[in-house]
Amino acid sequence: MGETLLRAYEYATDHQEEFLRALGEHLLLVGLALGIATLICVPLGIVTSRSRAVAATVINIFNSLRVVPSLAILFLAIPYFGLSLTSAWIALTILALPPILINTDTAFRTINPAIKEVAYGMGMTGQQRLWRVEAPLALPVIIAGIRTATVEVIASATLAAFIGSGGLGIYVTRGFALYDNAILLVGAVPVALLALLAEMVMSRLQRAVQPPA
Amino acid sequence: MGFSYGDAETQGGVSPCPHKLERKGIVSAIRFEHVTKQFPGASAPAVLDCTLTVEDGSFVVILGPSGCGKTTLLKMVNRLYEPTAGAIYIDDSEIRQLSATTLRRQIGYVIQQVGLFPHMTVAQNIAVVPRLLGWPRERIERRVDELLELVELPPAEYRSRYPSQLSGGQQQRVGLARALAGDPKVLLMDEPFGAIDAITRASLQDELLRLQRRLKKTILFVTHDVDEALRLADRIVVMREGRIVQYDRPIAVLTQPADAFVHELVGADDMVRQLSLVRVETAMAPLPAGFRRNGEPSIAPDADLRHALSLLLRTGAPALAVVDSQQPIGVLTLDHIRATAKNEIEG
Repeated sequence: MGETLLRAYEYATDHQEEFLRALGEHLLLVGLALGIATLICVPLGIVTSRSRAVAATVINIFNSLRVVPSLAILFLAIPYFGLSLTSAWIALTILALPPILINTDTAFRTINPAIKEVAYGMGMTGQQRLWRVEAPLALPVIIAGIRTATVEVIASATLAAFIGSGGLGIYVTRGFALYDNAILLVGAVPVALLALLAEMVMSRLQRAVQPPA
Repeated sequence: MGFSYGDAETQGGVSPCPHKLERKGIVSAIRFEHVTKQFPGASAPAVLDCTLTVEDGSFVVILGPSGCGKTTLLKMVNRLYEPTAGAIYIDDSEIRQLSATTLRRQIGYVIQQVGLFPHMTVAQNIAVVPRLLGWPRERIERRVDELLELVELPPAEYRSRYPSQLSGGQQQRVGLARALAGDPKVLLMDEPFGAIDAITRASLQDELLRLQRRLKKTILFVTHDVDEALRLADRIVVMREGRIVQYDRPIAVLTQPADAFVHELVGADDMVRQLSLVRVETAMAPLPAGFRRNGEPSIAPDADLRHALSLLLRTGAPALAVVDSQQPIGVLTLDHIRATAKNEIEG
């Protein structure tokens, strides 16, 4: 195992330019998917949190999307967007939607109703209440959702290589094709490290915005 | 301050009220006229045809069992609920003439201890209404310190704490400071001490009375606790099933309950409870000629007869010396208490 790792390291340094490009592509895919999912789901979650009926419908639709395997979504997107980055990030975005949406919905829904009423009772407008009271209280739970999504998307972004969209997955597919575990690890190890790093950063962020208990 | 509701400068000319001249001289802070609230889908109205005048600077407690409509009545004053029928006036202006947010910024609002914003420090919590009113920063800072002093939480120590780092009693002091921040004339308090232990509750009640003597706000206070109502109120509104069944001074509610319901609710047969509403100075006898203190326990003239009775029984002393700022001004014996009970209470 140690020897395989060493060979993987050598492979990566030998192909440094390619490796860095693959890493960049990977991060771009992840960032794009998360960014778009957050932009869609946070406002949507605020809306759904205010109506039980809307929430049930929207969350069920998003959840059923998640049940479809990412690889399948990837292949389904190809006829429309070709073998492109677009197909890859559509699949990844769909993967990132449910945890962010569900957490945003829960975060706003579970704010103590007395707190919300007292905000109005003190003379806040709807906007002031949203930004000064609800959003800060919801933020830790929203960030927890983004954290879950981030880890999932970092791992799943390896799939992009299956449709030739690059990312660190190229080493996984290549290693598999050449029966060379060292090449496979060039993809797998950085992906695992990225996921761990993201997990750590996000949980620190989550703690930072948590009001003291 | 210019921010209090009904300030002559801000109200004058805004809404010529035909009754204004007739009403001159009657200072009513809050007036309910035939107010009814029917919630959609509810079988009976929560509040039914309530008419009530709360005098300026008075402390009025709305008392009743849960579900009697007392909180609904309160929340209609700051328009958290809108009446289905009838109207509410503050300083003779209909409250619907102002936008809900403008109205609410001029009314202090305190609820059970959960009302503090957990993500804001004590100072930020108190600064909410001044910020909404657009006060300059220095004025807000000064006001926060001033209010923390007022509720006896040293600013240096408490300013930057979070609500979760305070005891229940401290949280409620901050809640009170926050409600007073915009210098409102009217204070609405919805069972503010409901979730607090008995000892802390008693000290908060004392604190509130002390503040009220100093600030002279018009306070509308909701509770289901009879002793709390008797202790705090200038006048008590007793509610049952959405209606006001009695509106009177505490002693009158106890001694002349309007009906069997009020009689039972306030425990009108409880003589000791009634004694707690009579002050020592109304029952004491003047100092006999040549009076010399002979080891009698002392009591203050504004203490209540319940305390006096307890002190007499506990010490076994034949009489108490009524002492006002170190100076004996009268004596009180069991006979005095008995006579007062007969005259004052049984009428």
